[in-house]
Amino acid sequence: MILLRGNTSCQGCPHSIAFKALEYLENPIVLMPAGCSTVIAGLHPNSSLTIPCVHVPFPSTPSVSYGLSVGLKRRGIRANVVAWMGDGSVDISYSLLAGSALRNDDIIVIVVDNEAYVNTGVQSSGTTFWKAKTTTSPKGKKEERRNVALQMALHRVPYVATASVGYMRDFIKKVKKAGELEGFRYIHVHCPCPSGWGFESSKTVEMARKAVQCKAWILWEYENKKFRISKISKKAKGDLKDYLLSQTRLKHLSDGDIEEIKRKIEEEWELLEHLEKL
Amino acid sequence: MKKLLTGNHAIAEAVKIAKPDIIAAYPITPQTSIVEKLAEMVENSELDAEFVRVESEYTALSVILGAITAGARGFTATSSQGLLYMYEVCWWVAGSRLPMVMAIATRAVGAPWNIHGDHQDIIVLRDAGWIIGMVESAQEAFDMTLQAFKISEEVSLPFAVGLDGFQLTHTAEVVKIRDYELPKRKPLPYTIEPSSNFALNAVTFGIPKLKARHEQAKDLEKSKEVIRRVDKEFPVSYGGLTEEYRLDDAEYIVVMMGGWCGDAKDAIDVLRDKGIQIGMLRLRFLRPFPRKEVEKLDGKILVVDRSNSDYRGVLGLEVSTVKHDIKNVVTGFGGMELDTQDFVKIFTKFVNNEMKKDVEWWYDSA
Repeated sequence: MILLRGNTSCQGCPHSIAFKALEYLENPIVLMPAGCSTVIAGLHPNSSLTIPCVHVPFPSTPSVSYGLSVGLKRRGIRANVVAWMGDGSVDISYSLLAGSALRNDDIIVIVVDNEAYVNTGVQSSGTTFWKAKTTTSPKGKKEERRNVALQMALHRVPYVATASVGYMRDFIKKVKKAGELEGFRYIHVHCPCPSGWGFESSKTVEMARKAVQCKAWILWEYENKKFRISKISKKAKGDLKDYLLSQTRLKHLSDGDIEEIKRKIEEEWELLEHLEKL
Repeated sequence: MKKLLTGNHAIAEAVKIAKPDIIAAYPITPQTSIVEKLAEMVENSELDAEFVRVESEYTALSVILGAITAGARGFTATSSQGLLYMYEVCWWVAGSRLPMVMAIATRAVGAPWNIHGDHQDIIVLRDAGWIIGMVESAQEAFDMTLQAFKISEEVSLPFAVGLDGFQLTHTAEVVKIRDYELPKRKPLPYTIEPSSNFALNAVTFGIPKLKARHEQAKDLEKSKEVIRRVDKEFPVSYGGLTEEYRLDDAEYIVVMMGGWCGDAKDAIDVLRDKGIQIGMLRLRFLRPFPRKEVEKLDGKILVVDRSNSDYRGVLGLEVSTVKHDIKNVVTGFGGMELDTQDFVKIFTKFVNNEMKKDVEWWYDSA
């Protein structure tokens, strides 16, 4: 067990589900910046994690992880060094993350994306869903939604994947694969958040599955310089409107808004299909 | 062996002897030639280290933070804006109680833009918990860098070696490359590896946080003895935390740090020739602050500063926590160089008791 019972995660926390995937890595060490995971991991002198955990300054996670990876190698110690970041951390460390991908640093980046800066009270992030209400976008997000995983893949790194806490078997398979490779490996995990998005805490997995089924979150892999849409997403069939309107943050959407979002999702799907054909 | 070396290359030579596992740095004038030289040494297999080409100073120090957490020996170098950009990580390195060495080619801080020398950058490290040294020559840059690894590893605190931008970084002198072996590393208080059964730097409230900071302050205080001992054991002794120059019978005492102390010493010689009893206490360390050495001073004190905080010079502020009724001159910003004649003017005005204000911003330079 990676994450012990009695930890401080909220009810229905997607991160506490995602942590389970780390059990499938050999010799893991996890590094984390400020965020929900920091609190879940435990306050001094307690630790809720059964693996070594290094807390680091907010933007520094990929870089400290790489330093640790080099330091261990110099001492002849094998480890899977995991930079465990939220989407807030991705925003603030964007150039560091890109630098790490560029150098092909020997680390595994796992982004647990709850589509907002939830730990500080649900503010808008780069990956916040189109038009979603947050405390800093009270009338709905106006900016684009950034596809970080795709941008990482364009650095020609050994492995990139998207995953979801609604499909743990798929996520674990991808984590295992990443653990067997070397160099910069990146997995972006969709983490629907009951308190941040406004849905019942018993429905985290259901919400995650709905997102994948209506293609609001698409599962894919990039390996050996090839893109491949995961089977689950290829077979996905779901009602976008139902997914959107079952969350408080998106309840305000008009039919026009939903049409616009549908178009954006179709564009993203088409782009991935094109990439898959290359 | 003797070599003609710039201050920057003297530091690179010392780092090579210290055999770091990892060097990560981002270029910034006037630091760049330190890490260029080190990159060359690594590429030529003269130095077995990882050289990590990063995209910012923030990353440079973050990479080193990770490496030293795993027990590696690390080095970086920076200057001015670069130091400010990595400032957050400076606190994490010190707070993690891990050793490392960083060279700082001291330079003005913007705005407005200025790439030339003063001390405004290095002084921002004062509260972070680093050992902060300032050298006067390329030889001392070499010697202090070697000692820095030893001292830092003994007290588990990071060590910054400051050398004046351009004045020392880009001027060459004959440097004795010492045949010096660093001691085998003693085990660190902790390292992070897969078998470590703890979390590092988790959220820590109240009393334990106070304790962590207190321990850090106590060890910084203790480092004074280590600095003095290592200085004494070294092939050449500089005097520990401070260097005394013609101080024995001095009625007038100048307190300064850095490269310009050489010119100021020449000015002291000029005044001595005229029968004026003047000397210098050169601060080799800003942290830990040499309070005992300053306390001992018996005479009228003038502090000459290349940085300010509020209306005063930073060393002026520091010295005034120990000695009252001091005079403070603030000058030499942004590459404004003062020569011997300028210091003769400043010191003469001080000796003649013509400095009416406690703090004087000095504009007159050759």
